[in-house]
Amino acid sequence: MSIEKYRRNFLKEVEERVEEGHWVKMCMQCGVCAGSCPLGPHWEHTPQKIFMMIRAGKREEVLTSDSMWMCTSCYNCIVRCPRKLPITHIMHGLAYLAKREGLVPKNQPTAQFGQMFWDNLVKTGRVNELKLSLGMYFKDGFGQGIKNAMAMQSVGLGMMKAKRLNPMEIMGGHGIKDKSGFSAMLKKARELEDARRKLA
Amino acid sequence: MADMKVAAYICQGCGLGERLDTANLAKVAQKEGKAQVVKEHPFLCNAEGVAMIRNDIDNDAVTHVMIAACSRRAKTEAFGFTDVALSRANLREGVIWIRPDDEASRETTQEMAEDYVRMGCAEVKKMKLPEIDPAAVTERRMLVVGGGISGMTAALEASKAGYQVVLVEKTGALGGWGAKLYKRSPSKSPYADPQSTGVDEMVAAINSDSNIKVYTNAITSKIEGAPGRFIAEISTESGPTATETVGSIVQATGFTLYDANNLPELGYGKSANVVDQAGLEALAKAANGGAIKRPSDGGEVKTVVFVQCAGQRDETGKHLPYCSGSCCLTSVKQAMYFKDQNPDVDTVVIYTDLRMPGNGEDFYRSGQTKGVTFTKGKVSSVEATGNTCKVNFQDLILDDQTAIENADLVVLATGQVANSGVDVDAKLKAEIAAAAGDNTLLDAYNASQTEGAVKPISVLNLTYRQGPDLPQLKYGFTDSHFICFPYETRRTGIYSAGPVRRPMDIVQAMEDSTGAAMKAIQAIENAALGRAAHPRSGDLSFPKVRIEGCTQCKRCTVECPFGAIDEDEKRYPLFNQARCRRCGTCMGACPVRVISFENYSVDTVGSQLKAVDVPDEFSEKPRILILACENDAYPALDMAAMNREVYSAWVRVIPVRCLGSVNTIWITDALNSGYDGVMMLGCKHGDDYQCHFVKGSELASYRMSKVGDTLQGMGLEPERVQVFEAAITDIERLPRLINEYSDQIAALPPSPFKGF
Ligand code: SF4
Ligand code: SF4
Ligand code: SF4
Ligand code: SF4
Repeated sequence: MSIEKYRRNFLKEVEERVEEGHWVKMCMQCGVCAGSCPLGPHWEHTPQKIFMMIRAGKREEVLTSDSMWMCTSCYNCIVRCPRKLPITHIMHGLAYLAKREGLVPKNQPTAQFGQMFWDNLVKTGRVNELKLSLGMYFKDGFGQGIKNAMAMQSVGLGMMKAKRLNPMEIMGGHGIKDKSGFSAMLKKARELEDARRKLA
Repeated sequence: MADMKVAAYICQGCGLGERLDTANLAKVAQKEGKAQVVKEHPFLCNAEGVAMIRNDIDNDAVTHVMIAACSRRAKTEAFGFTDVALSRANLREGVIWIRPDDEASRETTQEMAEDYVRMGCAEVKKMKLPEIDPAAVTERRMLVVGGGISGMTAALEASKAGYQVVLVEKTGALGGWGAKLYKRSPSKSPYADPQSTGVDEMVAAINSDSNIKVYTNAITSKIEGAPGRFIAEISTESGPTATETVGSIVQATGFTLYDANNLPELGYGKSANVVDQAGLEALAKAANGGAIKRPSDGGEVKTVVFVQCAGQRDETGKHLPYCSGSCCLTSVKQAMYFKDQNPDVDTVVIYTDLRMPGNGEDFYRSGQTKGVTFTKGKVSSVEATGNTCKVNFQDLILDDQTAIENADLVVLATGQVANSGVDVDAKLKAEIAAAAGDNTLLDAYNASQTEGAVKPISVLNLTYRQGPDLPQLKYGFTDSHFICFPYETRRTGIYSAGPVRRPMDIVQAMEDSTGAAMKAIQAIENAALGRAAHPRSGDLSFPKVRIEGCTQCKRCTVECPFGAIDEDEKRYPLFNQARCRRCGTCMGACPVRVISFENYSVDTVGSQLKAVDVPDEFSEKPRILILACENDAYPALDMAAMNREVYSAWVRVIPVRCLGSVNTIWITDALNSGYDGVMMLGCKHGDDYQCHFVKGSELASYRMSKVGDTLQGMGLEPERVQVFEAAITDIERLPRLINEYSDQIAALPPSPFKGF
């Protein structure tokens, strides 16, 4: 798609394909969101900038940005935005679009965690927390995994004591009853979403 | 007036009786004040107290009344005796409320009160009951100059209020700028869509209104007279000159768009597809709801770029430095012309700050909803290639030097320039600047006066000695008191409204003209009764000049902020009472002191300050005279008193109409009588002045800057006379200022003039 600068092409795409994307045009560039975000200073682009980039037609730059992956869903920006933009939702929506378009930056930890969570979940229909956390610890190699596990030891033991973590789950863990029904459900949900958002 | 009989009334209410020895005050009034009738009363402002005074006036031939009670600003209705000369000694706000209620302060507090009684008696004896201006005439018609939306609104509103209007329009038809618009920004909820201008309806309403007489293709070629009796000559292109007498005037001559030819870097003049806002309105009118065509070739418009602040808010000194406050609204409206016709047209507004006055915020939101794109940026240039343009700009959010290519149409928001006449202050301002070392204004002025140069044409053609038009602010908009009296110009009875006063949109212009029309009606009614306009509304006194003593120095004529003084055939000042605001600036200016008012004169104030009992140099009781502007400083002191702010017992406060009315003789007199210091409290002056008489406080501080020589001649320290700016909100600051000044004076040796 050829996108001319400051034309509505990409904005239109965002309106159609991103959750709450039709709000982007309502941003008045006051910068309150940027100033309110606790992680703002660490981002490549603040929401304010992301919204301006969308209007400027910077599709590639927006979808490859890691900013929307940095959102912790604290909702500070939504609470403060004078135009009442659902900023958090838009950021998540943009992340989703980036993911679907294969434009997520490499080794983006939030994206990696999301993928792991998803894979973990669809396998049995339940989240296996032990496997998920171990997967997370060891994603950057064995040595780093051991280091991570040691550092988190007391948290893990505490969770076990509180029966929030079962060491036996390492053996495969338990799942839901109707696994095939579950996958059929996920497939259908995806079809519906794709149709709604005009995603392939 | 018959023989003078002075009566002094001393109130004991509001705690005055407990805090002060009123019997002694009565004695002071009688012995030193020489009042023939002296009465104490436990509650003077109640019905019985007032009846007592009334009875003395009616049955005991009292002609001069001195009331020692609360501030002259309190109980004005109860003590509003209009048939006698009246003065007030301020014992409540001026004395007991600003002094501590303890044994140690008792003596000085009583001394303060006694002085105010002496001062009140001295003042009232020099006062006369004002007679009504014998020249007062009433012409109830109103002249409106300018037939645009502002002028038409003023005319229609005045007519609705029952006044006849003469409306003069320079062009061949009513409507002005409004008639050039396809639509206007919305004036009512939900402020979402452009609406019809309503100009046709207004024109029809005027044409069918028997109260309104319209001249088109006409100008006001000469206006003479004063409120209540202006005589306007109206020259029409074809017919003979008509003469109309009117009571007051509204100037609503509007604005012209800043000339986009000054902006070649933005492509104007280089491509037919670069237009100003008027150009776009013309295109929209031609399209009449259909698709707006590209001017160069009639092609389809797919992308429009709106460039805000084109030649405005300019810091280079080449273009307009101010914001026109309406072009952002206009651009949103114009973007909607496209969006409403075809949502697929790309409309980008490049702005540095979007300014949406009033309910414009809703309109902006509506523009966003319709898909108008807003981009914060600064346009550096527009390049024209073939039938499209490239708009180069700095994206201020993304910090990106970028461009929009292939724009079919570029609209420049160039802003408003006032259609006013000759800048009557230009020369004066230039001379002041030159005196301060800056010759640019003077050079510009001289250049504008050279033979063959295009000189500004007068709009009103007043026959005033101070010039043919209304004084202007820095950028050519008519001068008015921006806080208190927005429509009032410095020519009494002449009001300005709409964009000639300051840049504005239609909603504001209509509100403005309604306000101006109402003020013009007040001027007519006041003139009929021989009364002053604001801020001394209701004042019947007017300046009287003892012409035999006049040296024809013309200071009064030059310094009167309101152009109230002309010259007669013998070159003596000719006072036009109805134009006068009663500020007393002329009185302060006159070196031979031949100007006075019946109830306010060099003598009424001079006698007051001399009536104060100045203790000798051994008593360690300094005396400080405060001359306080009655519009801001004096009310602020009253309010400070209500808050029980304590200040020095050494001061004696005399309210003055304006610092401009302060004659330097008062300062010399005060110093000669042994005062240790003089403090003057007036309003802020300069470009953003707050002086109610515009120039008064400025002239005063100028005059006082010259007092230094006098002080030196008398062998006194310069800090003994000081001028301070005060605002009505300085409730806490003023007492502090007084105390600091009082300490400063106490640290000096006592005045060597004591006891003479
Ligand atoms: S707070 Fe809202 S309106 Fe302001 S910049 Fe952020 S998203 Fe835009
Ligand atoms: S109204 Fe808008 S375009 Fe006009 S000068 Fe002000 S900020 Fe600039
Ligand atoms: S200076 Fe003031 S008081 Fe004197 S004529 Fe002018 S307006 Fe009147
Ligand atoms: S200031 Fe006084 S002396 Fe001078 S012209 Fe006016 S009235 Fe005459």
